[in-house]
Amino acid sequence: MSKQSQQPQSIFDTTLLKGALIDSLKKLDPRTLWRNPVMFCVEIASVITLVTFALSLTGANKEPAWFTGSVSVWLWLTVIFSTFAEALAEGRGKARAASLRKSRTDVTAKRLEQPDFNSNYTTIGASQLRKGDLILVEASDMIAGDGDVVAGAALVNESAVTGESAPVIRESGGDRSAVTGGTTVIANSIIVRITANPGETFLDRMIGLIEGAKRRKTPNEVALEVLLIALTLVFLLVCANISPLSIYSVKATGQGTPVSLTILVALFVCLAPTTIAALLPAIGIAGMDRLFQKNVIALSGRAIEAAGDVNVLLLDKTGTITHGNREAVAFVTVGGHNERELAEAALMASIADETPEGRSVVILAKQKYGLTRETPMDAEVVEFNADTRLSGINLDNTQYRKGASDSTIAFVKKLGCTSIPSDLAEVVDRIARAGATPLVVCKGCDILGVINLKDIVKAGIQERFLQLRSMGIKTVMITGDNPLTAAAIAAEAQVDDFLAQAKPEEKLRLIREYQEQGYMVAMTGDGTNDAPALAQADVAVAMNTGTQPAREAANIIDLDSNPTKLLDIVEVGKQILMTRGNLTTFSISNDIAKYFAIIPAALLSIYPQLGVLNVMHLVSPYSAILSAVIFNAIIIPMLVPLALKGTTFRPMPAEKLLIHNLLIYGVGGMIVPFVGIKVIDMVIGLMV
Amino acid sequence: MNAYEWLQTIIFFVVLLALVKPLGSFMAKVFQGERTFLSPVLVPCEKVIYRIGGVKPEDEMGWKRYAGSMLLLNLMLFVGLFAMLMTQHLLPLNPQKVPSFTWQLALNTAVSFTTNTNWQAYVGEQAASYFTQMVGFAVHNFVSAATGIMIAITVIRGFVRRKTSLLGNFWVDMTRCTLYILLPISIIAALLLVSQGAIQNFSAYKSVPLVQSTNYDKPKTDDKGAPLKDAKGNPVVENVIVKEVSIPMGPVASQEAIKELGTNGGGFFNANSAHPFENPTPLSNFIEILLILLIPGALTYTFGVMVGNSRQGWMLLGVMLFILVSAFGVLQWAESSGNPLVAKLGVQSINMEGKEVRNGLAGSNLFTVATTGTSCGAVNSMHDSLTPIGGMMPLSLILLGEIIFGGVGSGLYTMLAFAIIAVFVSGLMIGRTPEYLGKKIEVKEMWMSILVILTAGVTVLILSGIAMITPQAVASMANPGAHGLSEVLYAFASMSNNNGSAFAGLNASVDFYTLLGSLAMTVGRYVPAIAVLAMAGSLAEKKYIPPSLGTLPTDKAPFAIWLTLVILIVGALTFFPALALGPIVEHLTMRGGH
Repeated sequence: MSKQSQQPQSIFDTTLLKGALIDSLKKLDPRTLWRNPVMFCVEIASVITLVTFALSLTGANKEPAWFTGSVSVWLWLTVIFSTFAEALAEGRGKARAASLRKSRTDVTAKRLEQPDFNSNYTTIGASQLRKGDLILVEASDMIAGDGDVVAGAALVNESAVTGESAPVIRESGGDRSAVTGGTTVIANSIIVRITANPGETFLDRMIGLIEGAKRRKTPNEVALEVLLIALTLVFLLVCANISPLSIYSVKATGQGTPVSLTILVALFVCLAPTTIAALLPAIGIAGMDRLFQKNVIALSGRAIEAAGDVNVLLLDKTGTITHGNREAVAFVTVGGHNERELAEAALMASIADETPEGRSVVILAKQKYGLTRETPMDAEVVEFNADTRLSGINLDNTQYRKGASDSTIAFVKKLGCTSIPSDLAEVVDRIARAGATPLVVCKGCDILGVINLKDIVKAGIQERFLQLRSMGIKTVMITGDNPLTAAAIAAEAQVDDFLAQAKPEEKLRLIREYQEQGYMVAMTGDGTNDAPALAQADVAVAMNTGTQPAREAANIIDLDSNPTKLLDIVEVGKQILMTRGNLTTFSISNDIAKYFAIIPAALLSIYPQLGVLNVMHLVSPYSAILSAVIFNAIIIPMLVPLALKGTTFRPMPAEKLLIHNLLIYGVGGMIVPFVGIKVIDMVIGLMV
Repeated sequence: MNAYEWLQTIIFFVVLLALVKPLGSFMAKVFQGERTFLSPVLVPCEKVIYRIGGVKPEDEMGWKRYAGSMLLLNLMLFVGLFAMLMTQHLLPLNPQKVPSFTWQLALNTAVSFTTNTNWQAYVGEQAASYFTQMVGFAVHNFVSAATGIMIAITVIRGFVRRKTSLLGNFWVDMTRCTLYILLPISIIAALLLVSQGAIQNFSAYKSVPLVQSTNYDKPKTDDKGAPLKDAKGNPVVENVIVKEVSIPMGPVASQEAIKELGTNGGGFFNANSAHPFENPTPLSNFIEILLILLIPGALTYTFGVMVGNSRQGWMLLGVMLFILVSAFGVLQWAESSGNPLVAKLGVQSINMEGKEVRNGLAGSNLFTVATTGTSCGAVNSMHDSLTPIGGMMPLSLILLGEIIFGGVGSGLYTMLAFAIIAVFVSGLMIGRTPEYLGKKIEVKEMWMSILVILTAGVTVLILSGIAMITPQAVASMANPGAHGLSEVLYAFASMSNNNGSAFAGLNASVDFYTLLGSLAMTVGRYVPAIAVLAMAGSLAEKKYIPPSLGTLPTDKAPFAIWLTLVILIVGALTFFPALALGPIVEHLTMRGGH
C-alpha cells in the first residue's frame, strides 16, 4: 500500500519554512492579530519600545539606545515567532489542500435525464451540477461530485481523497454506494445521483478544513483564552502599578529614578503568558494535521477535543474486535467416530465452499491432520441455499454436508436414517455456550461430529482495551450475535460490556442512555442503519467506505476505514488539551524567574538593598532585563516542535499523569528560565 | 515559642478541628431543610416570620432573582444605616450625646458594614451611640454575615443540582441562617465573653481620676485631620498632660460575639479586641479566635456533605490550614526575632510593640493570622507595629483574596473559584475537558471564577497606584517611605477584600480614603458575589458527569498541592513588585542597620 498522505513532511522543510516566514509577516497586520489578544498586546508593546528607541536616539530618552533598540527588536521577534508558529502549522495543511484542489479543476459531467445507461446525456461543468442531478460516469472519467450510485458497479480509484492507490468497488444498493467527487472510475460505468451542491462536497469541506479557513476556536480554547486574557490584564495593571509606586519611592528616599516605560513594557511582555498565547493557534491546527497524517479527517476541532473526553466507546464486533470471519478451530467427534474420519468428511464438505468459513475448515484439516484435496472433477457441488441451509458435495454417491445442527438432522432424517448420535445435542450445546458456532458434519447417513467455528479476537486487542480502561474509557461491544456468543467474545476480548442482537434503534437507545448518565459516547459505524446512532453519538467516526448517510451523520471520517482508529483519535484529542495545559503551566511558572531578573534591576537605583534579590547575579540591570526579554522570545521557537507534535501521551490514571506533567512543566518551568536567563546574560556580558 | 505557647496553639487547632464536623453537618441540615435539634423551637418562629413577610418558602428562585433579592436587602439596609448615622444625634440611647457623622464618613461606614468589611474610619467610643451600635451595626453584622454564607450555599447547590435553574429561596435562606446558626452561637459566645469580664451595659462613660498624672506627645493635625509635618518631614507634636481618664461603657459583649462569628470585625471601641472590655482574658482571646475561624472552617465540611463527599471539604480545609499555619509560623518567627536595631540597644529582642501582654506573643499572632486570613479585621494587636516580614504576613493573607478560611461564606466561594481555575489548568494537563464535582468547566465558569478571584486584586493595584501620586493620600501617611507604602497598600487591600483591619499609621478619615475606600469595598464585595451567583446558576443547569479513572480526583493530595501552588503563585505574581517596594525593602533596610 502506498499512501501519499502518510509521508509526514519534516517540520523544517525549507519550502514550508519560506512560505511560513512570508505568512508570519503578513499576520502582523493588527486587523488579523487582534484575534489573539495577548499577542496583540505584545505588538502594541513593541510599537511603544520602537518609540522609546527613537527617543533615545534623539537623546530625549536617557536610556542607552543599544538597550531600548535591543528590547524593541526582541519584542518584535516575540510577535513574529508567534505568527510564524501559526503559519508553519497552517503551511502543511495548505500544501495538502493545494494538491487536493488540483484534482477538482476542470471536471465535466455527463448529465442524464433518466437513470438509464442508454438515455442521452448533456455535458456540463461540475460547477453547474445540483443536488438530485443524475450523471453518467464511464471508465477513466472523474466523478464530478459527491453522490450515490443508483445503477451499475465500477472500480473506483479514490487515491485523491484517501491516498490509497488500490481501487475499490462502488455499486448501487448496499453499504458501498457512496462516491466522492474528485475520484476516478477505472473500469465499468455507473450512474450517480448527486447529493451535494458545488462548494459543499466532501472534497470542498476537506480543503476548507485542512486550510483552516473554517477553523473556529473550540469552547475549550476560548475558555483557556479567557484565562490568558485575564492574566494579561492583571500583569498590565501590575506594571502600571509599579510606575506610581516607584515615583513615590524616589520622592520618599530622594534617590534613584522611577522605572522607565521601556522597562515596564519589557516586564509586561515577560510576565504576560506569551509562550502559550503564541503557540495556542498552532497547537489546534497541528492536532488536526496529525490526525490527517493518520488518514483521519475531523470535520471540526470540537470533535477531536470531544474525543479526548470520551468515556464510553461503542465498537462494532465485526472487523474491530474480531477478524470479520469465523474460523474453524476444532473438530469434535460424536457417536464414537474417529477424529480423522470427521476431518476428512469436513474437508470434503468444505472443499468447494469459497466462503471464509469454508476455507478455514480446509486450512484446519490441512494443519491438524495433513489432509489436502482438490475438488474432484466428478463431484457435484451443493451450494448453500436458504431452504436446506446446508452446503457440501456429492461424490461417488456419497453426500457430504455441513450445516446447523437442526438442518443437518433434518437432512439425515430425510435420507431415512433415524440413528442420531446421543451425544450430539450435548456437544452442540457445549460449543454454542462457549460463544462459538457448531457446524454439524455428516457423511451420508452418518453424523460424524461437529466443527467448532469461532470468532477470532484480533491479536493485541486486549492490551488496547486495557489501555483504554486505564484512561477511564469503558468499551462496549456491539454485535448482531445472540447473547451467548456475544458474552463469550466479550469475555475473551475483555471489553467492559456488550450489546447483543443489536438493532439500529437499540444502538440509539444505548447511546442516549449513556449520555443521560453524563457519559461522552464515541462510536464507529459504516452502514446506513448506523446513521441515527452516529448522529446521536458525541464522537462519531464513519468509515470512508461507508454509505453517504453514515458519512453525513459522522463528525470524523476515517479514510482507511479502520475501526481501531478511534483509539488514535482519542489520543490526539487528549494530546491537544495536554499540550495546551502543559504550556500554560510552563508559561506561568516562568514568570517567577523573570521577576527575580527584572524587579531588582528596575528598582536598584531607588533601593540598592534590593540587589540581594538578584539571585542569578546578572551582570547589570540593563543586561538582566534584556536577558529576560530574549529568553521570553526564543522559548517560543524552541517549543514550536513540541506544539506541533504534541506532548507525548502515555495512558495512565489521571492523578499520576498530573504529577508527571506538573513535575516536567511546572517545576521544570520554574527552573529552566533561571538557567536560560543566566546563560543569555553571560553572553550579553561578553558582547557589551 | 515557649511550652505554654505551643500548648495554647495546639489546643486551639484541636478544638477548632473538633468543631468542624458537628457544626458543618448541622449547617448542611439547616440549608437542606432537614430537622435539627433546634427545629421544635425555631420552626414555629420561622413560620411566623414567613407569614409576616409574605414569603412562600417553597417558591425557589433562579440566580437572577436570588441576586436581585440579595442586592435589594443590602441596599435597603445600607440606606437605613446611612440615614441613622446622619441623624444619630436625634436618636435615643445616646448618653454621651455624640454628634452625627459627616456624609463622607457615614457613606464609608454604611458601605463598610453592609459589605461585611467593617473598616472603621471613625473612633467607635467617640463617634457611635449605643443605638447606632445595637440597631445599626449589629443588624448589619448579622445580615452581611448571613449574605456571605447564603451565597456560598447557593454555589454548593449549583454543583449539587442538575438541569434546573432554581437555587433556593433567598428569604428562607436568610431567615434560617440567622435563626439557626448565627443567633444561637452568638448568644452562647456573648455569655462566655461576659463570664470573662466583657461588659454589657447602657451606662454613660465613667470618669476616673488617675493615681498619677501622665503626659504624652500628641501629633498635631490640620483641620482635615492630616498630620502636620515640619520642614524635615517629621510630625509636629505637642505635649499633653492627663490627670483623669474617661472610661467608655456600652453593650459590648453581644456586639463582640457576632463581630468575630460573622467575620465582621468592627470593634465597639477603637482599640478593638485589644481593649480589655472587649477581650479581657487569654481565655476570651482563645474564644474570639475560635469564633473567627469557626464558621468558615465548618462551611468546608458543609460543602463536603452537600456535594456528597466530605473528603472534598477536608481537602479545601487542608489547603486553608496549611497556608494559615505557615503564615503563623513566619509571623511567630519574625516577631520573636524582633528588631535587630532594638536588640543592639541591649533590650530583649522579641517584638512586643503593639501587642497586649495578657494575650502574649502567640495569642496575638494567632489572632492576627486568623483575622486577616478570614475577612474579619478585628485586631487584638496593632499590625502597624509588626516587624516588616511579620507585617507582610497579615498583608499577604489579605492579598491572597481572603480565602485562608476567608470571610463567612465569601471565603468558601472565593476558594471554590480558585479550585475551578486549578481544575481547569490541571484538567487540560491530563487531556480532558476540565470538570469539577461532576460539572463541566466551560467559558462561562471561567469568566465568573476569574471575576471572583481577580476583582479585589485589580482594585488594589489601581487604587494603590492612584494613591501614591495623589498628594492628599501621601500626606496621610505617618511614616513616609517603604513603611508608608505598606500602610497604603494594606488599606486598599483591606477594603477591597472586605477585611477591615488597618495598618494604623495611616489617617484614613480624609476624603480620598473614605470615598475611594467606599468604592473599593462595594466593588470588592458585590462584583464577586454576583459573578459567583451567576456561576451557580450556570452550574445548576448542567448535567452531572460521573467520575471515571480519567477524571482527576479533587479530594486527594496531588490536587491539594496544585491548588495551594495556584493560590500562592497567583498572589505572588500579582503583588511581588508592590511587596518588594514595601515590606521586603523595609526588611532589607532594617537588616542593613538603618
